[in-house]
Amino acid sequence: MSDINWRTQADSKVLLERALMLKNIRAFFDEKNVFEVETPLLSHSSTTDPHLDSLQSKFRNDLCFLNTSPEYAMKRLLASWRKPIFQICKAFRDDELGVNHNPEFTLLEWYRPGYDMEQLMAELADLVSILCSAWGRGGVSKKPDFEMISYQQAFEDYVGINPHRATIPECHQAALVHNIEIPQGMGAGDDNLNDWMDWLLTQLVLPQFQENSFTFLYDYPAAQCSLAKIATNDQQFLVAKRFELFFGEIELANGFHELTDAEEQLQRFKIENQVRRRDGKKRGVIDTRFIAALDYGLPECSGVAMGLDRLLMVLTETKHIERVISFSWQNA
Amino acid sequence: MATYSTNQFKNGLKIILDNDPCSITENNVVKPGKGQAFNKIKARNLRTGRVLERTFKSTESVDAADVDEMNVEYLYSDGEYWHFMEPSSFEQYAADAIAVGEAVKWIKGQEACVMMLWDGAPLSITPPNFVELTVAQTDPGLKGDTAQGATKPATLETGTEVKVPLFINEGDILKIDTRTGEYVSRA
Repeated sequence: MSDINWRTQADSKVLLERALMLKNIRAFFDEKNVFEVETPLLSHSSTTDPHLDSLQSKFRNDLCFLNTSPEYAMKRLLASWRKPIFQICKAFRDDELGVNHNPEFTLLEWYRPGYDMEQLMAELADLVSILCSAWGRGGVSKKPDFEMISYQQAFEDYVGINPHRATIPECHQAALVHNIEIPQGMGAGDDNLNDWMDWLLTQLVLPQFQENSFTFLYDYPAAQCSLAKIATNDQQFLVAKRFELFFGEIELANGFHELTDAEEQLQRFKIENQVRRRDGKKRGVIDTRFIAALDYGLPECSGVAMGLDRLLMVLTETKHIERVISFSWQNA
Repeated sequence: MATYSTNQFKNGLKIILDNDPCSITENNVVKPGKGQAFNKIKARNLRTGRVLERTFKSTESVDAADVDEMNVEYLYSDGEYWHFMEPSSFEQYAADAIAVGEAVKWIKGQEACVMMLWDGAPLSITPPNFVELTVAQTDPGLKGDTAQGATKPATLETGTEVKVPLFINEGDILKIDTRTGEYVSRA
């Protein structure tokens, strides 16, 4: 027995800093009267997101799923409560393991009734700034700057295409012009434009984001709306009111000005399930209680989810996620 | 034909790339936020030894390479092919110079080798880690030269030249590490 390694593989100092980070986050929301809630990790429904896969479990003989984020349940609370809420919980995603991924990870998610996307981005920047001021060592400034760039601007500057009207041949041409590899499976089919956008984003846009600095990317193409509202930008292109926060090239947070239309949300879930079928994946089990809550009426609101393990990596300059988690997947 | 999807990728998995069997040596997932994931892999071409880099959309699948390993005994060479036998079935296999590769430097007959087969045909030969070979030619060592680590060249019975200590004579049987090509000891 003595040769079994039962100790944490994390950096013990970082685990103390994790406790401090959680304390600071709770203090931040306490001061603003945002209420902490808890929602089920285990659910009868699963995600329909084509790029996520829920882990499955079983209660007696019923199939159930671990949540990929607490979004649906928190919005159900929001529909009846209509108050600002936050949650710090575990989320689970199948097939995500690596330097920046652990299949079980910690999310901070919060919702602000009455906030638009810009207001929530500002609040997220405030929270991150406060946490940085407590750490701020090495590459992380105690008073960080937040770059803001729209998806369109980023693609025009670094890829040379307008993402809101780009075609697959244009994406293909851009890949050739910039001499980047074209992944196997990226054919000329007309339904994989989002995959092209994701590829160009990782290869040409993210590497341009300033190292050791925070960048907000916002106003995504309408086709990547997920659970966000769609609006028109100042050039009359349809955009999803969605943003992501990056530190260097690492994604930390994803937020939406939330879609409140039950009909449209259900339609999007069904389309996502079609994409899952196309990609040879199982259909997600749509959360009908969530759709019913939207139908009852979700207050106009914005919400964001931030990966706390990754944030802790940034704050403590840790290069591997397993150094900030007490017992990572291989050790769990 | 069997296929592997990208979520089955791991080091050592044998797949077909550019019509050749390859072994994955590195697999990294690139995932932009909530978007499409991609697998960036490095793989060694098992025929040529060259390392390839490739990226796949993470819903793709690739053909599996039907690669097997078996223990064989080296029989003889006819100059064009090297002949090996699977000792329990007595089945014989003819490997060409590309498949035999570096192993040719160390085998003279009756060695137990490991043969990799692709679709049933010899792909590569791995000689035993240690072989014992007779010195065919070497100059006599100078008497009294006891400098630490001094070596001289010696040609083995297979025609391969190795560095040996000065006290080695023609006709000595030497133990050689085939992985490094270095002299280990007198056998």
